[in-house]
Amino acid sequence: MSVNHRVTQVLTALTAALALLLALPAQAAPLRIEITEGVVEPLPFAVPDFIPETAAAGEWGGKLAQVVADDLNGTGLFIQTPQDAFISRPTSFAAPVQYNDWKAINVQALIMGAVSVADNGQLTVKFRVYDVFSGQELGKGLQFQGTTEGWRRMAHKVADAVYSRITGESGYFDSRVVYVSETGPKDDRKKRLAIMDYDGANVQYLTDSSSIVLAPRFSPTGDRVLYTSYATGFPRIHVLDVGNTQSRILESQTGVMSFAPRFAPNGQTAVFSISEGSNTDIFTMDLASGATTRLTNTPAIETAPSYSPDGSRIVFESDRSGSQQLYIMPAGGGEAERISFGPGRYGTPVWSPRGDLIAFTKQHKGRFHIGVMRTDGSEERLLTASFLDEGPTWAPNGRVIMFTRETQGASGQASLYSVDVSGRSLRRVRTPDAASDPSWGPLQ
Amino acid sequence: MTHLTKIALLLGALAVSACTNAGRFGQDDPRLDGSAGAGAGAGFVPGGAGDPSSPAYFQQAIGDRVLFLVDQSSLTAEAQATLDQQAEWLLTNSDYQAVIEGHADEQGTREYNLALGGRRANAVREYLISRGVPASRLRFVSYGKERPIEICSDESCYAKNRRAVTVIAGSAVS
Repeated sequence: MSVNHRVTQVLTALTAALALLLALPAQAAPLRIEITEGVVEPLPFAVPDFIPETAAAGEWGGKLAQVVADDLNGTGLFIQTPQDAFISRPTSFAAPVQYNDWKAINVQALIMGAVSVADNGQLTVKFRVYDVFSGQELGKGLQFQGTTEGWRRMAHKVADAVYSRITGESGYFDSRVVYVSETGPKDDRKKRLAIMDYDGANVQYLTDSSSIVLAPRFSPTGDRVLYTSYATGFPRIHVLDVGNTQSRILESQTGVMSFAPRFAPNGQTAVFSISEGSNTDIFTMDLASGATTRLTNTPAIETAPSYSPDGSRIVFESDRSGSQQLYIMPAGGGEAERISFGPGRYGTPVWSPRGDLIAFTKQHKGRFHIGVMRTDGSEERLLTASFLDEGPTWAPNGRVIMFTRETQGASGQASLYSVDVSGRSLRRVRTPDAASDPSWGPLQ
Repeated sequence: MTHLTKIALLLGALAVSACTNAGRFGQDDPRLDGSAGAGAGAGFVPGGAGDPSSPAYFQQAIGDRVLFLVDQSSLTAEAQATLDQQAEWLLTNSDYQAVIEGHADEQGTREYNLALGGRRANAVREYLISRGVPASRLRFVSYGKERPIEICSDESCYAKNRRAVTVIAGSAVS
């Protein structure tokens, strides 16, 4: 996708005019959601259809508002006030906001947008956010430009800005997920790599299904994907360029099998597992030179490595104690410290981009869970439970986790789900076919 | 490219072509109920199951697979008995190579199951070597939980999916 967005500030004259209306006493608390406190009551917002400012813009107004609303609703932190509850409908982006009309229906955040299409097809989207009860604009108006194909990204950018202004944290809507698309029955599954927007839109396939592909992982900038493929007949790590979908097998992979790759935060190093005989250990490879370094050396299965965001440590799973548990070691290898001690088995640890939490898959009493714990193993919380949940991946802001959920039985199928770190807002991510092994890319 | 990689590529080509053969799992060990596969009788080499030197005989009369307990890669007495016969066949029919495919049931995380399937396949490989089969004729690969033959989600299916299958790869590798 070659959308070139420019962010520019809209004129602020309107803000000055509105300031006169702010003589009303402000509400006690500013419009603010503290995510860490766990939101019980989502914040009501309204997003009227974006006002078309050119004749050709009519079709976009409703679509843009819908995507913004879906993004915010999906967080569980916000709840949309439906348009049929509106008392008045804005007809001009420049007209003063009728705060009383929004207060009356208990809207707390109002998102006003406008859209225009230039003769060359360029789409321009602008928006403002209002704190209805204090009668103030929240931040300044912003404007995005791009091609009409990129319209969803512009809506996501609006939603990211709203989310960021109200929560004080960066958003995650203008991001993509690489995953494995699955078709066919359980005993003849076909798998291929696919990429999509975080909400399941704009699916594109990156490989064909001629060989098994597993567990793609985005690079820190989203330009490349590491994954495991059976193209040679054996599991081997490949790297794919997202821009041109060309892939190559990594050089000099020793051992019988290599798998479970992940990028280091520097984007230059891969960490992964090599199996030799009955033993599986963790190695790193410098992607430019192919130079490989062994990090673990026990007779156990050691796999699923994931770097801390600062690149200094690696969390991984090992059954060196007799069952799958989580360990943290220095990024160069060395003594590993076990961090999981609860009942059951722990696998697929992934370090949060915020650095504070480890997400993992837990198996206990025949059920699978996605959970999080602090990096010292304390404060374990299970967020989900099902027949088979596995493979968490973090949203770029570290507040939401996407994972694979597979249903039971002969017709069992895998789907992608997301849940926030408090365990709320569990939802399925719609994909055209069955889907597994998501990896969430950076905010674009 | 290393010598090992070349072999891997050759074997890989065989494994891939085998994977596209829908009938392959339909010819399973007759002890299994075979509900997983349609289209039996793919017959990829000459010589029927009645011919003791045929891969079909190896697969059906001797038994091409051994089963494992949950999260285990140790060989049961029954598995060892099957592997003794496999070793004997491989020693008699010394033109053939074999790829041992390790598998896990669906009750496990993907990466761990890949490694576990590798442990199982390697346990078979090492046992066959201990019975005199040259290591150079034996390769192994793990499919983790990617290739179940039974698709229900209870122990009756899981028990059959926790397997290592000795696939006779023909004499093409040289």
